[in-house]
Amino acid sequence: MSHKSFLWLCLLPLAVVTTAFFVLPTGRLVVAGADGPQGLGGYFAIVLEPRFRTTLINTLVLAAATTLVTLIVSTVAGLFLQRNRFPGRSVLIAVLTFPLAFPGVVVGFMIILLAGRQGLIGDLTNRIWGDKVVFAYSIYGLFLGYLSFSIPRVILTIMAAVAKLDASLEEAARSLGASPWAVQRDVVLPALGPAFVASGAIAFATAMGAFGTAFTLATNIDVLPMLIYTEFTLDANIASAAALSVGLGVIAWAILALARSFSGGTVAAAG
Amino acid sequence: MRGRLIFTGQLAFTLLVAAFLAVPAMLSMSAGVTVNYFRGLQSGVTLNWVYQVFDLYSEAIARSLLIASATLVVTLAVGVPAAYALSVRGGRLSRLVEEVITLPLALPGLAIALALLLTYGGFGSFRRSWLVILAGHVVFTLPFMVRSVMAVFATTDIATLDEGAASLGASPWRRFRDVIVPNARPGILAGSMMVFTLSLGEFNLTWMLHTPLTKTLPVGLADAYASMRLEIASAYTLIFFVMIIPLLLLMQLIADPEQRR
Amino acid sequence: MSGDNGHGVAVRIEACGKTFADGTRALEPTTLDITAGEAVVLLGPSGCGKTTMLRIIAGLEQPDGGGRILFNGADVSQLPIERRNVGMVFQSYALFPNMSVADNIAYGLKVRGVARKERADRVAELVQLTNIAGLERRRIGQLSGGQRQRVALARAVAIRPSVLLLDEPLTALDAALRDRLRTELNKLLRALGITTIYVTHDQAEAMEISDRIVVMRKGAIAQVGTPRDIYFAPQSRFVAEFIGAANIIEAAIADGQLQLPGGTLPTVGSAPAAAAIAMVRPEAIQLVDAGTAALTGIVDSISFTGNRQRVSIGGAATQALIVDAPNTINVKVGERVGLAVPREAVRLLPREE
Repeated sequence: MSHKSFLWLCLLPLAVVTTAFFVLPTGRLVVAGADGPQGLGGYFAIVLEPRFRTTLINTLVLAAATTLVTLIVSTVAGLFLQRNRFPGRSVLIAVLTFPLAFPGVVVGFMIILLAGRQGLIGDLTNRIWGDKVVFAYSIYGLFLGYLSFSIPRVILTIMAAVAKLDASLEEAARSLGASPWAVQRDVVLPALGPAFVASGAIAFATAMGAFGTAFTLATNIDVLPMLIYTEFTLDANIASAAALSVGLGVIAWAILALARSFSGGTVAAAG
Repeated sequence: MRGRLIFTGQLAFTLLVAAFLAVPAMLSMSAGVTVNYFRGLQSGVTLNWVYQVFDLYSEAIARSLLIASATLVVTLAVGVPAAYALSVRGGRLSRLVEEVITLPLALPGLAIALALLLTYGGFGSFRRSWLVILAGHVVFTLPFMVRSVMAVFATTDIATLDEGAASLGASPWRRFRDVIVPNARPGILAGSMMVFTLSLGEFNLTWMLHTPLTKTLPVGLADAYASMRLEIASAYTLIFFVMIIPLLLLMQLIADPEQRR
Repeated sequence: MSGDNGHGVAVRIEACGKTFADGTRALEPTTLDITAGEAVVLLGPSGCGKTTMLRIIAGLEQPDGGGRILFNGADVSQLPIERRNVGMVFQSYALFPNMSVADNIAYGLKVRGVARKERADRVAELVQLTNIAGLERRRIGQLSGGQRQRVALARAVAIRPSVLLLDEPLTALDAALRDRLRTELNKLLRALGITTIYVTHDQAEAMEISDRIVVMRKGAIAQVGTPRDIYFAPQSRFVAEFIGAANIIEAAIADGQLQLPGGTLPTVGSAPAAAAIAMVRPEAIQLVDAGTAALTGIVDSISFTGNRQRVSIGGAATQALIVDAPNTINVKVGERVGLAVPREAVRLLPREE
């Protein structure tokens, strides 16, 4: 067998599996999206129809807020962890990154334990102020949940980027008289820029498509994945569910394509 | 003095974040073995809830293990040769193929599941079996295996090793067996852990594709959270942690030696 | 298809050119004949096509339509590298990290189905030959650059190849090691006597190792010849400047002499010309008394390099002339000296781009 034919043979299983279980189904999905009463117009419903638009805006705002807070928290913690050595450091890093593989449902349960009706925060506030604070089933609970699975991912990426920073640049800045804060502002943060964009984009895309967390917390939180779910399973609107899915996919893909042009595959996995 | 203040401040902040992530998890683990959650650990420690979880959900847990193993086998068989071909060939076609197989990471699990249902809904026995879940898991985890192996191939310049073996007379099959696969081992290992772990914890896709007869572990978890008492839900979560944390630790161990270099 | 008399095969490259998929023309259609047992070096700057030619001979690249490779007259162009029985040493050595040194060396034999005992014997033989005794059980990662180079060579030679192909085998090593290994490599190649094709951009290496040098430039052969021919009789300015140091002189010729600002230089077979180009090697110029010399100049600078001196002379020609003088001659900066050059050492070069 020639080298060339061997290579094609190596790609054959991949071609079969990808075509059968991804390419064709996605095509079918795109077609289904245009199959409803509005035809191709169904694709624009995401911005035209008021309730869809509200959901879209909710989801975008939530994802943006998650991304922003996650980046800030991860940068402070990540810089600190990467640049300081102290006993217990690896344990701390492990604790911060172990939620990486948790499914959204488990994260939702964590939020319930923290801020649900029988949650820790409710318990504490009850004892202190006599008033039980419960927010797990609201958009704030969802926000906390999103933070829980975004922070581990982004922290890993930021720490890796900090490790690769060229120390001589900071030394040069200091030799020119820059204060520690100025060094962070003028040298470190700009150098981390690509890492911010890359990991921020992944956090954003993941938050946009997250389903399990919202599902666990309540079925009436108004985010796009929940909308798709209810359209399909409760209302049997296959066409609109399909159109919304494709729309969501396109937005997420566009953001990730942006991330890749800045990082080239150094970002931790999505889920 | 200022330096210590900054250090302490950052440490406190980091600890707070870690607490936010860890405390609920620990709560859940302890709740799973407490007789009564509301009375706390004083009410006694018991494995009762854990046994009940096995009574109710052992099938779901076993099925998750089956699917994760099957996903691993399929991604190995499909992904490793493909990673080799893509690494050696290079060029625009390879980059395009990489883009295509990475697309499932951009699409939400819901969308992929929906797409699979629309396409294979008519194939009754396939749609009703665990195989349709397997298909979804493979599509979703394949890019991780391929990328992991390709990363190793890139650092070891597999193309030149391949040429070296060819110059010594080895046929393509021979080269694959003697040179390609052994040198891909770190990537295969890392990829395998990633695939297995992701498959065990996969929910978004699986929820849409499952039937009452093909439940998986995470599907069972959602069920427990919705309808079971807190202690059982916690015990079930505890079982999940016990399964997944060793895997995560192993992954860290494998990745770390490379990072420290 | 192995070398019958242990000398390897004669290689003929016939009209082989190579244009890559993105349009780059790496090699113009080229024809070259190499006799069995000969050591030929493909020499040139990066991008000249030497590696491409080597890979075409190996079978890793296919020549453009009409190109053929023949081993002992038989057309091997359609054979993939696995079946050409060539021994190849790659620039990065391409040693298998998952195998020990011994297993690496034995790999080609294993693939050919040679029995274990014979393989072990052959490995032992090669380990002695390449001076790496004691390293058999080591992993590749534990070896130094020089050791890896020898393992790569041993592995390529173990299979008794028809042709030995080496792609810049010494480039990855530091200068001191390179010098030492160059001599060793030369001795080894002479001892083996297999047809060898060696690619390098280092002209000192080329001259020491080869029976003939093929100087290449921009995808085509600039000159083929023995090291002496190439050095003393370059046929173009490029070759003159690429091999060794050269003083290039542009001047008019009249009365059989080059007319220079500082005097005249004799040349061989010189018709009068308005503008000619000539080359003189630095070591061919002798420093003599200024009074009686036909050509004089002023000493601009002196560099004492230990075993010689490099003296720069201004005013003799339009450009400064570099003279490679013995370290015992005593001249001072600013002094007027005479330059004596034997007629045969002044070589005329064609006027081209």
